[in-house]
Amino acid sequence: MPKTEITASEAAPPTVAATPVTGMVVAAPLLSWLIPGAGHLIQKRWIRGLLLMSAVVLMFILGIFMEGKIYHPNSGDLLDMLGFVGDAGAGGLYIVSRIYDLGSAPVAFATADYGTKFIVMAGLLNVMAMVDAYHIARGRKK
Amino acid sequence: MILALQLSHFTTAVICAFCASLVFGITQRNEPREMVRYGIYCFIIFIFVGLFAGGWLMWLLHH
Repeated sequence: MPKTEITASEAAPPTVAATPVTGMVVAAPLLSWLIPGAGHLIQKRWIRGLLLMSAVVLMFILGIFMEGKIYHPNSGDLLDMLGFVGDAGAGGLYIVSRIYDLGSAPVAFATADYGTKFIVMAGLLNVMAMVDAYHIARGRKK
Repeated sequence: MILALQLSHFTTAVICAFCASLVFGITQRNEPREMVRYGIYCFIIFIFVGLFAGGWLMWLLHH
């Protein structure tokens, strides 16, 4: 029987060692949700963490000062529920705003509508920051 | 709240574009230099395509 060589294309694909699930993998996104940018800060990504925190907090606070609306989870309106999903992404900021009953005034003018969008967007940007913190903790990103 | 912050549509759009570009740049690229470049790219797209081109398009549709 002739000796055959196994080419690279026929060889079994290299197995990638599974990254162990450490405490950081859970803590980084959770902390990032509660305090925007904190998931990066605990992983010593100081500049990235501070920039993310600045962007999310600035948008959320501007939204509140523009008298934007904070959505509630059980309003019964589908669009309001989607707004709640966006708002809830801001985590700790959302909780604090609900505790102090901020953003409960009716949207009566254009700037308040911009503010509402700012608050939703701050939450969605924070979700992106959470995912990034998770990827750093898993070692998928430097 | 007694005094609501009053910003123009243009100002809010620029602030929004800046913050979104910052987060996009940091989260969507791996190297610091690439992050800066991608952030600037996103900001330019937001402003010149989203704001100016979109604004003129809506003006044309309106008239």
